[in-house]
Formats: sequence, structure tokens, C-alpha cells
Amino acid sequence: MADASRQFHERIQQALDDPQIRANFRRAMDGLMHKRAAVFPDADELERLRDLGAAVRRNALARLPDLLERLEANCVRNGMQVHWAETVAQANAIVLDIVRRHGGKSVIKGKSMVSEEMELNHHLQAHGIEALESDLGEYIVQLAGETPSHIIMPAIHKNTRQIAELFVDKLDGVEFTADAEQLTAIARNLLRRKFYDADVGLSGVNFAIAETGTLVLVENEGNGRLTTTTPNVHIAVTGIEKVIETLEEVTPLLSLLPRSATGQAITTYVNLISGPRRPGERDGPREVHLVLLDNGRTASYADPETRTTLQCIRCGACMNHCPVYARIGGHAYGTVYPGPIGEILSPQLLGCDQAGALPGASTLCGACGEVCPVRIPIPKMLVRMRREAVNRDPASAFRDSGAQRRLGEAAIWKAWARIHATPGLYSLVTRTATAFKKLPVLGPLKAWSSVRTPPRTAGKTLHQRLAARERQS
Amino acid sequence: MSAARDTILARLRAAAPGATVAARDLAVIEAQQWSAQERSARLVRLLRAVNTEVHETGAAAWPALLAELCVAKGVARLCLAPGTPVGKAAAPTLAAAGIEVVAYDRDVEAWKEELFFAVDAGLTSTVAGIAETGSLLVVPTPDEPRLLSLAPPIHFAVLARAAIGNTLLEVLRRQAYGDALPTNVLLISGPSKTADIEQTLVYGVHGPKQLVVLLTD
Repeated sequence: MADASRQFHERIQQALDDPQIRANFRRAMDGLMHKRAAVFPDADELERLRDLGAAVRRNALARLPDLLERLEANCVRNGMQVHWAETVAQANAIVLDIVRRHGGKSVIKGKSMVSEEMELNHHLQAHGIEALESDLGEYIVQLAGETPSHIIMPAIHKNTRQIAELFVDKLDGVEFTADAEQLTAIARNLLRRKFYDADVGLSGVNFAIAETGTLVLVENEGNGRLTTTTPNVHIAVTGIEKVIETLEEVTPLLSLLPRSATGQAITTYVNLISGPRRPGERDGPREVHLVLLDNGRTASYADPETRTTLQCIRCGACMNHCPVYARIGGHAYGTVYPGPIGEILSPQLLGCDQAGALPGASTLCGACGEVCPVRIPIPKMLVRMRREAVNRDPASAFRDSGAQRRLGEAAIWKAWARIHATPGLYSLVTRTATAFKKLPVLGPLKAWSSVRTPPRTAGKTLHQRLAARERQS
Repeated sequence: MSAARDTILARLRAAAPGATVAARDLAVIEAQQWSAQERSARLVRLLRAVNTEVHETGAAAWPALLAELCVAKGVARLCLAPGTPVGKAAAPTLAAAGIEVVAYDRDVEAWKEELFFAVDAGLTSTVAGIAETGSLLVVPTPDEPRLLSLAPPIHFAVLARAAIGNTLLEVLRRQAYGDALPTNVLLISGPSKTADIEQTLVYGVHGPKQLVVLLTD
């Protein structure tokens, strides 16, 4: 078994053995599922909205190269500067260069999963620039030296007590309080000065509108607005797939995203940014930069099936509804994007050696596909990425296809196929199997049957029973 | 990095099929329609559900109410736009009530410290209300800059009842922005909030701790 795959299984076991992790996730995911259900009371409306959301995203992807060019042209017309990066290394270099050109010492960050993909904080810190997260959840995770365990609620794996202890441990002059309101006030006061002082603000992008050259950001805390308004320079980093064609098309996505994510009718703030401070305006950044990152997305795009992965609007509903995610939590996956969407996206971005085992962490129950607001066929894609992981295909667009192939497993499936394609052999095997009253309790069946009745083989094969019935009639 | 640009676009073009455009029917959103009375009631209900203070008042009466609210909330210094109808209407009444009126009439650089740490409230107008989600459409301008509704701990917003539309789609269509949007367009639906600590809802993280809407006839 490859290293990455073995480590994945070890992390799963650790998570399952940690009652605190399991309790924190169970409670959070139950709450999120109920909240989502409550804000979509009309099932018919929901299905029509999902159709519309999927159509908007599919249309955007069908014309992605054209729309990216239009986005660039309109952003430039609006006074923004647009940068393209094939790799995270290029994107990091672009950001570092902008920060340095302004003599920047500190960067304040709004929430951005693409910056997590880039490991931007490490990169900036390695070059002597402070990168501070301002979203409360991200701030907590950064203080703890961890990574987000959920794409919408980064610190969901921690309970209030753990956060309170973290604040006492890491922040000067903070006394223990298990009151979420007081903890939030502590963070507000500390970060307010940081917003004020920061040279550069860095954010993600929820949607980029090609027609108007506009960046759309949704958030609840106001940190996104402060990040993109207060510092002299605003840098937005995003994947190339986030573009949509028209302003009107953002409305169904804004209706779907917060409701699917957190069960809110809308987030507190929806922020449409179309350029830096214009002449006569009293505030806002003097420069706005948009960094468009590929990092494997063009490979996903090349195949019509994997292209559907790029429809994602990063709501997290698939993980909230995933029975596996709810039990193992986000850190077990070991990737930036956890849960069902991460299981199909990560092997595409990182290759099958690094992430090929992830699509296996699914029961294929289909819940992720049912809740996806833009109708990504996640269950089908899970099967597709499992195939990529075990079948070495030189034509595959993804790195290390076949990296998860194991000789034993491959031999078993080969034999399975042979048995089912050869009637005589099939008959022999099934007859032999029915001769055993019980299956041998070995391997995974041993642990499984320690709390369950082990399965028993039928006394006769189906063929035998049908033949007997025919004789009787 | 125009090399990266060319490579990315070339790869996408090689893969893009004969771009078939899926139909995008916005009817499901257009179908959200309420009467004027329902719109206003819905907006008020949804705003209050997320801890917004909403006061229904008259077109001439609101400045006096604003002054009263400022006194009650201990607002000593309020920032406003001196050149707008809302700013002009409020300034004399506030001054008469002993509240110091601070005009946002300079670039932020000239008074950032004061704006961030020594102003108790900001007053803005509102372009439209949105009944579907209980939102305010706020569009910063040279008169009403971006930080006016963001930096002070209390945000007072004046909204005319007649400006409440059904949906964001309808309100955007009415604004007829075409392909040129203002620098910043905002939807505000309540005071700043978070649930990042064990999903406990807390108001007042980084943005205003209080949103107070003066809904005028």
C-alpha cells in the first residue's frame, strides 16, 4: 500500500478512536442538516433552483476559455490587474511579488480555500511576511497551528472549551472564559488593530462575473469586507473555474450557496467588488489584483466527466450529509478539500498516488449527490475516481493513475470476473460455497462480526432452488 | 506571466467542445412575488430574525427618532455624508440633540485612526430592500464611502418602504447597471455575526455590532 494511502487509514483510525472528534462532528453535522432542510421548505422550488444552478455552472464551463478572457478584459477595464498561474508555486510568487513591491510587512486574510491550496501563509512567512487569518474559524485554526477541518466552518472540530484553552495558551493577557460571546469579543479587539495596520488584504472569490468584471464574496463576519476595503492593496486568489457569465446568473447561486452551506437565507454580507478606488472615492484599496490559478483544473476540464467536478460552488453540503465525513471529520482526509467533493477533487488535483485512496472512503449512499446544489454527480464520480486509482492508463489526464492498484485485490477481481463469465465454473463455486454452513470469520469480517451476527451462506444455490421449483410445477 | 495565461487558455480551448449553451430559465426566481404590504412585513420579519433593529417611522419623523436612538444607545459621535439628502436631513436634528456629527468628507487616510476607533455610529441611505431574503442593497459612493457602513460599531440605515423589491434579481434589473457596476455593491442582512465557535451564534464580530434600520413611509 502506498504511503499516502496507509497514512489515510491511520488517520481514519485515530479519528474513530477519538470520542471528542466524533462528538463534535456528529453534533455539528446534525445541526447543519436540519438547518438546511428548514430553509428549503418547498421541494419543488429546490429542484428547480438546483436545475438552474447546474445550468448556470455548466454554461460557464462550456465556454470557460471565452468567459475567462471576457472576465480579464472587464476586470482590466475596471482598473484591476489580472494574473494567471499554472501552479501554486507561480501563484505564490505572484502574491509575494505584489506584497514586496508595496514594501508590505503584513497581510490580513479573508477566508480563501485556494490560499489553503497554495499554502500561502507558509510561503509568505518563509519570506518574512506576516499572514494573519481574520475569519474567526480560520484564526482559531491558525492559532492552533492546524488546518481547516471543514471548508465552511474551519474550526468545527473544536468545542468551546478547547478554543478557550487555546486562547489562554496563545494570546497574551487572556483569561479563561468558556463563553463564545466573550471569546469572539477577544478576537474582534485583537484583529481590529490588525485590519487597521495591514498593508495588503488577501481574499478568495466565490464567483467572478465575466460580463461586469466583478468579484463576488459572501461572508457573515465583516472580515471579508474589511480585508477588501481597508488595506491599500487587495489581492483576490481564485481557481479558474469560478467564473460565471452574467450578473443575473449570480442570483440563483446566491440563493443556493448560503442555504446549502449553513441553512441561512442569505449571508450577512454579499460583497460585489468591481475594481479599486476610483477618482473622488474616499476609501477602498488603490490596487486590486486578481490571481487566476489552474493547479490541475485544466486536466479535470479535459474530460467531460471529471469536468463536472469544476461546477462546485464550495458550499460543503456534501460533507455535512456524508455519513463517513460525520464520523471521521475533515482532518482524516489529509487534503485541503475533505468530504465527498474532496474525495473526487483531490485525486484530480494531487494525483492518485497522493489522494487515490480517498474515493474509497464512501458508502456510495448517494446523499452527497442528492444535496449538491449544482447537481454534480458525485457518487458516479467517486466510482470513476476509484477506477482511475487502480487502473494504470497512460492516457489519463491525472497523475499516477493506477497508483492504488494492489496485486492481491486485482487478482481477486480477476477471478471474480472469470467465475461470473464461465457458467461451469460459476456453478462449481456457488455449489461449493453452499456446502459451508458459515463463512470463515477472517480479516475484516472478524471485527465486523464481533458486534453483529456473521452472515451465513444459503443452503442451496438460486439455480438449485429454481430447478427444484420447476420440477414441482 | 502571460506564458501561463496562454498555456491555460490553450489547454481549455483544446478541450472545449462546440460550446452548447444550456438554457437558463430564471422563472423560479421571478415567481417570488408579494404585495407591497407583504414585502415590507417579510423584510421586517427576516431582518429582525437576525438581530436587526427595525423602526417603522415617517419620511419627516425619522431624524428625530434617530437622535432619540443615539441618545439611548450612548452614541456621542455619529459619522454621515454631509452632501446626501439623508445626511442633510439628519445633521441639524442630531446636533440639536447634542450628538457630534462627523462628516465623511475626506479621504480615509486623513482620519483613519479616528474613523476606526473614535466614531460610535455611521448613517447611510439604502438603495433598495429585498423582501425575499430580508436584505438591504447598499451602494457606497464618493459621498457615502465603503467604511461608513463598516467601521463604526453601529450602522443606521434609512430605507424608504417604496424601495422594497421582491428579489435581488428584480432589484438588480431595476438598477439597470448593464456591464458597469459601481466599485462596490453590498447586500447587508443584519449585524456582523459568526458561528465559528461550536456553532454558537454570536453577533458583532468584525463588522458593525448593531444594524438599525429606519423604515420610512
